[in-house]
Amino acid sequence: MEVTLSILLGFMIIGAIFALHAKDLLSAVIAAGIVGYSLVICFLLLKAPDLAIVQVVVETITLIIMVAVVLDSTREELKVKIDTQQIFNISLAFIFMLALIFFFVQATDMLNPFGQHSLRMASAYVGETAAKTGSANLVTGVLFDFRGYDTLGEATILFTAAIGVLTILRIKGKK
Amino acid sequence: MIVYILCFVLFLVGLYGVITRRNLVKIVISLSIMEFSIFIFLALIGYIDGGIAPIITGQDINPTYVDPLPQAMVLTAIVIGLATTAMLMAIAIRLYRKYGTFDIREIKNLKG
Repeated sequence: MEVTLSILLGFMIIGAIFALHAKDLLSAVIAAGIVGYSLVICFLLLKAPDLAIVQVVVETITLIIMVAVVLDSTREELKVKIDTQQIFNISLAFIFMLALIFFFVQATDMLNPFGQHSLRMASAYVGETAAKTGSANLVTGVLFDFRGYDTLGEATILFTAAIGVLTILRIKGKK
Repeated sequence: MIVYILCFVLFLVGLYGVITRRNLVKIVISLSIMEFSIFIFLALIGYIDGGIAPIITGQDINPTYVDPLPQAMVLTAIVIGLATTAMLMAIAIRLYRKYGTFDIREIKNLKG
């Protein structure tokens, strides 16, 4: 299990690195699709079928949007010369990475080893969902009943984003 | 433990892309890569060895379910990720139509 997931994650890392260094924007977008669809397989292996279904749909829509944008504009990657600004950015990135690695090492002490998670908060959900909500799917029960306001907020965000996209893409803009 | 580390490496790849790339499309791609790494990390935390998917079928005797709470949270986060990506891409195409480039250095002088 852990080996399979490691191989998939390594595949995702390779895809991500290729996406960042591709010369063609279209291949960069497709390489980002590698990462997203590998995530689907990871979710299936981790026994999360709901997440896998949602991720398939969302990743497909994202890819369509990105491909449409790239085809509508330009496919060529910028020619970046190594100048002082770029060196500064790269060193800044490495400083951030070092800081995050420090915090990661601190935080992993508190994590259980992989596969030995203990249900604390969710044990109540697991025991009571079927009786209280009538839902056979525990994730649905949590999402739409115990944490219904979360889902309401999520729907609000989607609606706001749709209005935002429509506003930005208006044909006529104010002069 | 190795899976957590690989997840973290994926996050760092995304962070590196956000800071160093100059193409708007690649910055959006890097942001979504960071999102993906967080999703997989949360799903990994909730996994239990020998657990089954959190769906009650009534056929398993004394079942162990994987944690449904991180899965519900990630489900919300995936949809919000779609909203942010769509919004960022809309802004990117709008800027391209105005400036004719995706280069963020060219777009720096935003003067009304």
